[in-house]
Amino acid sequence: MAQPASIARSDELAIDSVTGVEVSLPIAGAGGRCFAFIIDWHIRLLIAMAWWLTGTFFVFGEFGFVDDEPGSFYVLAVVLPALVIYFLYHPVLEIAMHGRTPGKRMAGVRIVTREGATPGIGPLLIRNVFRLVDGLPMFYCLGLAWAVCSSQHVRIGDLAAGTLLVYDRGDVLDATAEAFAPTGGDLDPTLADVVRELLDRWNQLEPKARINLANTVLQRAEPQFEGHDDPDVLMSQLRRLIGRKAL
Amino acid sequence: MSSATDKALRGWLERRTAKWQRLASLASNLVGTRPAQVGEAIEMAEGYRMVARDLSLARRVMPETRTRKALESLYASLHAALHRPAHRWGSDLRSLLANDVPAVMRAIEMHLLWVTVLFILSIAAGAWLVSAHPELVSLVASEEMIEGAENGELWTDGLLNIVPSSVLSVQILANNIAVTLFAFAAGVLFGLGTFYLIALNGLMIGAVFAFTAQHDVAMRLFNFVAAHGFVELSVICIAGAAGASLGEALVRPGDLSRREAFQAASARIGKLLVPCSLLLIGCGFIEGYISPNPTFPLASRLVIGIGYWLLMVALLSGRLVPAQTRRARRSLA
Repeated sequence: MAQPASIARSDELAIDSVTGVEVSLPIAGAGGRCFAFIIDWHIRLLIAMAWWLTGTFFVFGEFGFVDDEPGSFYVLAVVLPALVIYFLYHPVLEIAMHGRTPGKRMAGVRIVTREGATPGIGPLLIRNVFRLVDGLPMFYCLGLAWAVCSSQHVRIGDLAAGTLLVYDRGDVLDATAEAFAPTGGDLDPTLADVVRELLDRWNQLEPKARINLANTVLQRAEPQFEGHDDPDVLMSQLRRLIGRKAL
Repeated sequence: MSSATDKALRGWLERRTAKWQRLASLASNLVGTRPAQVGEAIEMAEGYRMVARDLSLARRVMPETRTRKALESLYASLHAALHRPAHRWGSDLRSLLANDVPAVMRAIEMHLLWVTVLFILSIAAGAWLVSAHPELVSLVASEEMIEGAENGELWTDGLLNIVPSSVLSVQILANNIAVTLFAFAAGVLFGLGTFYLIALNGLMIGAVFAFTAQHDVAMRLFNFVAAHGFVELSVICIAGAAGASLGEALVRPGDLSRREAFQAASARIGKLLVPCSLLLIGCGFIEGYISPNPTFPLASRLVIGIGYWLLMVALLSGRLVPAQTRRARRSLA
């Protein structure tokens, strides 16, 4: 069982575990929070509106209000599901997606407990109940102010549920195949990383800068390298160093 | 340590990349909604310890590298995946209703008593205010409601002719659940928000009953609320007691910090919101289908109202859902 985690720095959550190896997760700030919320808000609004408009079209034969009094079928089959989508979007998806929502995933954040684990149903529901208070007086002003001012950038719902929003390292995880790629054993691993960084940024660098950098790195890796002016040759030499195939 | 040894260790680490990639793939699968197979879960549990050891080594022999960062990322992902609580909806709900809810109800007994006293006093105050100053009813009732009552008509009369039962039920239960959740969450303002909501609701009820009594339609209003009112008002008081308890955790955190006390109180008391919401869904349907239906006599309404209230007491005291026996728990485990 995981031991309680400690807050290493105000912007990092340190996770202890039975293995004795500690890792830190960067805590998302108010910016990351807002970014995720805005994406989610657009998604739930669009889905709810799409349902409502489609249902209205099927019931009345046209988009928008008509003079007829809407019957109970319209309210229960069209209006109610649209409201359910809008208001239950966060609790349902956070439970189903283990602390994530589409917006959080796009913003690269996820909800974790103070132990760094994925929260259960109870904390996620509590967190969402307190949206009623965080949303006061309007547009999440209280929650946002709390997130800006509190040391761990949490809103009141997170305080109640014992949760935090951390940056998901999914981007690093996606790159594991590259990051874990063997360097052949002879190359210093730090230098191998520099080569990879250089190749990743190759097209963004000025031609002169990339030639200079490539020559410097190649001479550091292989002192007998005499230098070259052709970018294609330099690139192939760099790829050879880390065993990366040309695309 | 010599550079030769470091190089050998780096080589050893690099030969493990296939295992790391396999674990990364397992972890990213579990980030989605696909349930883990037993074999995968065991592989992850074993891989978690392996990655911890590798990470520890990588931090020493290749500290500022992508490999170390990727291993940290993998380790954090595996940690989150392995420490994810299982979702056992049925048994969790049963345990909640049989064990947790009765325990919480016992813990907030005194809060419930005081919140009920506040609610009753507010009702009395509302009734007295409108009796003494009838014009004050305009603060809690619309002009249309006032005019109707003055003409001997209640706004609940013929409600079914205006709104279908199903729609009415949904509107009512959604509103009641929102009020209940807010009464609980408002406890974060050191309990004051909850007290305000309870007192306001009490004042409104007292004022409306006093006003209808002045125009001899109070009995008809009681007739309307008899079937659903007992449980609805009780649930609001229970949510108020939960909010007050939350506020007390902030005012008197004891040995804990305020944040810890608030979190512990939210986790413990928040469990009450599940049965409260379920009861309010029932109230909404009664209020939509039975309360506005004039064919139900008062006696039937009282039987339904008191019967539903007794059901609520049984549910909240744990008598409706008996606790699992030790043998049953063992067999589940």
